[in-house]
Amino acid sequence: MSTYAQKKGFGATLWEYLTTVDHKKIAILYLIAGGLFFVLGGLEAMFIRIQLAVPNNDFVSAGLYNEILTMHGTTMIFLAAMPLLFAFMNAIMPLQIGARDVAFPFVNALGFWLFFFGGIFLNLSWFLGGAPDAGWPSYASLSMASEGHGIDFYALGLQISGAGTLMGGINFLVTIINMRAPGMTYMRMPLFTWSTFVASALILFAFPPLTVGLFLLIFDRMFGSNFFDVANGGNTVIWEHLFWIFGHPEVYILVLPAFGIFSEIFATFSRKRLFGYSSMVFATVLIGFLGFMVWAHHMFTTGLGPIANAIFAVATMAIAVPTGIKIFNWLFTMWGGSIKFTTPMLYAVAFIPSFVGGGVTGVMLASAAADYQYHDSYFVVAHFHYVIVGGVVFGLLAATHFYWPKMFGTMLNEALGKITFWLFLIGFHLTFFIQHFLGLMGMPRRIFTFLPNQGLDAGNLISTIGAFFMAIATLILLINIVVTSVKNEKVGNDPWEDGRTLEWAIPSPPPFYNFKQLPLVRGLDPLWIEKMEGKKGMTPAEPLGDIHMPNNSFTPFMISLGLFVAAFGALYREDYNWGILVLIAGMGITLLSMFVRSVKDDHGFHIHKEDLLNDDDKGGKA
Amino acid sequence: MHVEDKFTAETWPAAPEKQTLEGKNKFLGFWLFLGGETVLFASLFATYLALKDKVPNAEHALAKDLFELPLVFVATMLLLTSSLTSVYAMYHMKNFNFKKMQLWLGLTVLLGFAFLLLEIYEFNHYVHEYHHTFTSSAFGSAFYTLVGFHGGHVAFGLLWIVTLMVRNAKRGLDLYNAPKFYVASLYWHFIDVVWVFIFTVVYLMGMVG
Repeated sequence: MSTYAQKKGFGATLWEYLTTVDHKKIAILYLIAGGLFFVLGGLEAMFIRIQLAVPNNDFVSAGLYNEILTMHGTTMIFLAAMPLLFAFMNAIMPLQIGARDVAFPFVNALGFWLFFFGGIFLNLSWFLGGAPDAGWPSYASLSMASEGHGIDFYALGLQISGAGTLMGGINFLVTIINMRAPGMTYMRMPLFTWSTFVASALILFAFPPLTVGLFLLIFDRMFGSNFFDVANGGNTVIWEHLFWIFGHPEVYILVLPAFGIFSEIFATFSRKRLFGYSSMVFATVLIGFLGFMVWAHHMFTTGLGPIANAIFAVATMAIAVPTGIKIFNWLFTMWGGSIKFTTPMLYAVAFIPSFVGGGVTGVMLASAAADYQYHDSYFVVAHFHYVIVGGVVFGLLAATHFYWPKMFGTMLNEALGKITFWLFLIGFHLTFFIQHFLGLMGMPRRIFTFLPNQGLDAGNLISTIGAFFMAIATLILLINIVVTSVKNEKVGNDPWEDGRTLEWAIPSPPPFYNFKQLPLVRGLDPLWIEKMEGKKGMTPAEPLGDIHMPNNSFTPFMISLGLFVAAFGALYREDYNWGILVLIAGMGITLLSMFVRSVKDDHGFHIHKEDLLNDDDKGGKA
Repeated sequence: MHVEDKFTAETWPAAPEKQTLEGKNKFLGFWLFLGGETVLFASLFATYLALKDKVPNAEHALAKDLFELPLVFVATMLLLTSSLTSVYAMYHMKNFNFKKMQLWLGLTVLLGFAFLLLEIYEFNHYVHEYHHTFTSSAFGSAFYTLVGFHGGHVAFGLLWIVTLMVRNAKRGLDLYNAPKFYVASLYWHFIDVVWVFIFTVVYLMGMVG
């Protein structure tokens, strides 16, 4: 991976990654873990499509199908899309604002390990009696009736990984507010940093309702409470509200950073300043705000009444306005630009029509009266895959190619990248476009099989063929990664040659302190400004001095491990006597680790000026 | 100014919690965390209001049968006073008077502990006198979850403040631990604010219907 890692043995490298608090290494951890879960979620998707390829198929049983379907959604949202976005936020955002690390490096590591242990816990359900099977929203009326421990794995696993996400959100917010380089005002921040900022604010306010919802579910299923037990006065609609108050902002938590990535890519490869920068910022903030006002559009058929439905329908449609602003700004950024069709740019260009397709069906679904027809049909499946794959996954694939050289110091192969792109694009539309029509023809979502000669055969087969295209595209991407890593041709600061923002002013990968001297930011796209004036890099804003860095720590791993152990205790408390002991032991490990962290002083260390002077060969000059 | 600098009352800065970058980050990060906590408690309040008095049959006690204001009044006074004593503690922290800060923090802990004891007595009373338990009805689940989450926060806050007091007992104040004391006192105020809402929404509104 990095030049530093290769000089050490495997054990030392492993220990380094287990204890690291460096945002760039944590980014790599997020990328690897998120990538593994993405492949896992993709395999589950393939099983779904294979089962539905032909009518009356018996590739998987009905019960197993429910588990695969639930785990596909849960894995893709919580364990693939979010961590992969966190990977790029961690790797790039601190560099874009000219910071040496995030505000809370320790908490950053803790966030990763919580997510990781939560994800592992959730997936262990496959081997321990069956996975959750109540759909990714896990409505209480279904989840309370689900037998076995699947739903318990869901509730406890998401609780642990959700805590990690919340910490990450707070960390990014404080980093962006407090740690910008001299001259980096809010209205000079790159759009990816802005979208990280808004998405983090959404995380901060959207995750606590999920936390509460999951607690209620845990209490009901494992500790005998009655929140969702109608016979004892409970009410299952409470879960629906709490889940969607989280769940809808979650959609924007995913898509806003993708918007940010595309904004960077459009400006870079059109070799033009982003069109309408301030309106882009405004639109991002407005989408974030409106994202909290629309959760009940997931519940139009729950029976909230026409007034509630009307209000939420109008609020939902209003989101099309700031989104439209963004679409036009991207188009105008390309207009008159000197466009280079690199792999990231191809994804960006393909993103616009794909995402607009999802947006249009979104407005259709927002009409509450019409939604009664679309509800729970494949039309909805097509809609949300158009926004999530067409928006978020395209964004992640684009970012993988775009930022790979900055993270690993070597370029992914462009030819293989373009093959991946075309296969994925064609596969994506082949899979999901036809599902709109399957839905309109009456195919309900979440069914495990269908009868022949109802007009659904051809559509489902086409959809399955498309899924294989996407699977092959992903395989080629993995091959590309292996080939690139083996070759390992080193690149300089600005491998795309058109970098505009601060991350392209420092080496690839950056030294662990990022900036030897903090850069002076003189406007939007600071590196581009310097380039236009004929300078090679940024002007330093400070004399060369000692740099303060945080110490590595194993405590984040231990805190997360404790909760992982405690979750098993909670899960098996009613089945076995040892359950309660394991619960107490796990909580003990966590609290003791927190106590150690609290009483042990950690002042970090200083890199001395003299050592930095000798470090010229590694670059790192601002 | 640097974390490891030594100070006297004369050189101690006016806002010691925000003198270092770490301190500034902690200060802001903790305010943001409290924003998230607010949403957490808002969700619990909403759940409670939706399930208030929702019981399986007429034999179960309702809010108006359970609550007794004198006890809750004493608990409220204990917690409100503990917030005041933590303000005094921070006043002395800003004046670099470590001994008085410890004294007022000690009082805060005592008051908080008394509040917690009253809450345990109260829960015990409901369980044994009224058979109003966590598992007896949706109302019971919602009540114990909301009030219990608050009680859990009080218990965690007590552990936190005691840990800080013991850990720093021998070395006094510096710019490394000043933000820690400050943030702990912010947390304590937040717990107090939540209790004001619990007092109003659960107990007062419970009494009138």
